[in-house]
Amino acid sequence: MLQSDYTTSQLDVLEAEAIHIMREVAAEFERPCLLFSGGKDSIVMLRIAEKAFWPAPIPFPLMHVDTGHNFPEVIEFRDRRVAELNARLVVASVQASIDAGRVAEETGRRASRNRLQTTTLLDAIEEHEFDAVFGGARRDEEKARAKERVFSFRDDFGQWDPKNQRPELWNLYNARIRKGEHIRVFPLSNWTELDIWDYIRREGIEIPSIYYAHTRSVFERDGMLLADAEVVNRGDDEPVYETVVRYRTVGDMTCTGAVESTAATVEEIIAEIAATRITERGATRADDRTSEAAMEDRKKEGYF
Amino acid sequence: MDILRFATAGSVDDGKSTLIGRLLFDSKAIFEDQLEAVERTSRDRGTEYTDLSLLTDGLRAEREQGITIDVAYRYFATPKRKFIIADTPGHIQYTRNMVTGASTADLAIVLIDARKGVVEQSRRHAFLTSLLRVPHLVLAVNKMDLVDYDKERFDEIREEFTSFAAKLNIADLTFIPISALHGDNVVTRSENMPWYQGTSLLHHLEHLHIASDRNLVDVRFPVQYVIRPQRATDPAFHDYRGYAGQVAGGILKPGDEVLHLPSGLTTRIAAIDTFDGPVEQAFPPMSVTLRLEDDIDISRGDLICRPNNQPQVAQELEAMVCWMTDGVKLGPRSKLVIKHTTRTARALVRDLHYRLDVNTLHRDESAGSLGLNEIGRVSLRVTQPLFVDDYARNRMTGGFILIDEATNGTVGAGMIVDAR
Repeated sequence: MLQSDYTTSQLDVLEAEAIHIMREVAAEFERPCLLFSGGKDSIVMLRIAEKAFWPAPIPFPLMHVDTGHNFPEVIEFRDRRVAELNARLVVASVQASIDAGRVAEETGRRASRNRLQTTTLLDAIEEHEFDAVFGGARRDEEKARAKERVFSFRDDFGQWDPKNQRPELWNLYNARIRKGEHIRVFPLSNWTELDIWDYIRREGIEIPSIYYAHTRSVFERDGMLLADAEVVNRGDDEPVYETVVRYRTVGDMTCTGAVESTAATVEEIIAEIAATRITERGATRADDRTSEAAMEDRKKEGYF
Repeated sequence: MDILRFATAGSVDDGKSTLIGRLLFDSKAIFEDQLEAVERTSRDRGTEYTDLSLLTDGLRAEREQGITIDVAYRYFATPKRKFIIADTPGHIQYTRNMVTGASTADLAIVLIDARKGVVEQSRRHAFLTSLLRVPHLVLAVNKMDLVDYDKERFDEIREEFTSFAAKLNIADLTFIPISALHGDNVVTRSENMPWYQGTSLLHHLEHLHIASDRNLVDVRFPVQYVIRPQRATDPAFHDYRGYAGQVAGGILKPGDEVLHLPSGLTTRIAAIDTFDGPVEQAFPPMSVTLRLEDDIDISRGDLICRPNNQPQVAQELEAMVCWMTDGVKLGPRSKLVIKHTTRTARALVRDLHYRLDVNTLHRDESAGSLGLNEIGRVSLRVTQPLFVDDYARNRMTGGFILIDEATNGTVGAGMIVDAR
């Protein structure tokens, strides 16, 4: 960062902005928490949190909305990282929401717990009285997200109203809410997928093994490669085969597709992304394919 | 590689969405699945060409009504730079959205339809660019293909706009004749306009010098958060006390004598800490943690500067305010919450001096209030002192937001003028 002409690289600017946002939240809210899924964006967000408050520990708990359909490699990574940081982890369980009758399990071949997460998340926010919730969403991911604020207001039903957002100027964020309302905070709003990978490389950040090329049993559905696993409902007309893949995003096994790739290092992943012609959500997320406004609809209900 | 943030202003008719679509498309920031979705929608609607403007309309209501509701942020990069576009709609709530998008912009692109020339909206956009002190303005004269790439038409527009811009505070003004639809002078130089000696729009965006736009002269460090690791595992940090914040101006170095506001006490910087180790200097927009040699009572909302270069300590403010809500109006006796750097206080509007017509720049001194999207000059009294500079000198210590205590909505944006 230190050059004679006082210039700063794009990663330094993005990092400084994200640190500013995190400190603003820690200063202005009573009970923030950080959504940590073990995915690359939340891993970067966690590193920023570590930096923002060093040498003090991160002054808020982490939360994971656990669908029970996660990749085991990711859960292992999550628990290890939490232990290293001596952080407090709140696990909000979709299975518990199903058992309590709060939501009903979807049935059929395409059954997914993706949409059920919203209820579990909102229940946990209410139970723990969280007033600010950090998410790793980026504006380059999706069209509805391109219009969302860094401090995104949610009413007491957890809903997002895209047509009535608070204007956001300079680096001044409005943190005022009433009891029962909360703010979703997105410190990585201005990062792109490539920025995330460049940062992972620069910082030497560890990520779950499934991001790197590995051999896996998969089957094809709608042009996506889904993992052959107990939680994924596969039809007899969907044959399983072994191939070398990696994951560009990390979500549920039921709706996250792998891409064929031999990229085994961060450098190779960056080269692959720089050359790719398909967005990460388009390539690998069945949850966004439901309709053109799939993300917008889920966000309005209170999704991540 | 650094970042250039720019705002685009103009209506759908000016070809703004087409221009952005063109920049994203030609810089390969658009992916196949996005393009396929746009092609599908264009076909469904019976459009003959691929409507690149569909790339930027994100919300269902926008697609259904064919309008843009809100500021949208777009990203693309070339080997030279990363770009963040604040894409602001031209027609509804134009002022509120453009002010928002321009507040962080290094550059603004105002589009003009070559057939129509300088219209009311172009003047309004240029004025807002000037009010928000966006350092660089590009006037993109679009649809040159529809005026036969005529040099004289371009010159006419340039002369008319230049004489209007003379009344504004625009430091750097560039005119580029383009056709967003056909790509003339957008990414590469156009062969249709050999008379144009300048660079393409993208080349201009890639090579513009912006490092000097920051204020590196006046040291301003608003204290954001006090770091005291009481349960730190390392005993070395047991007595640690650091003042975290983002540098808003100037260059800080260890050993520098600094002054704390509001106490007026002086001390020296002992160290500038980051997670990655101590640094030898800090400047905008770095987020760092200062340790000071003396134990002074410092909390969030305070400010650290140099003893011989201090901001104004003010409870009476003069400011230009843009009002952003249709709920209530701003007028004398309005009570609001003010957030300025890291300090929040309450503010009372003492006087509304005039309302400014953003189209004609006429000052209406008889105005009794400001409504949605209106701009005026106000006097405020604040419940606790703020450490302010003229907005023209420093956007970080000169800008503030106003919040309605009843709704908690952000209802106004202010720019301080006449700080002593």
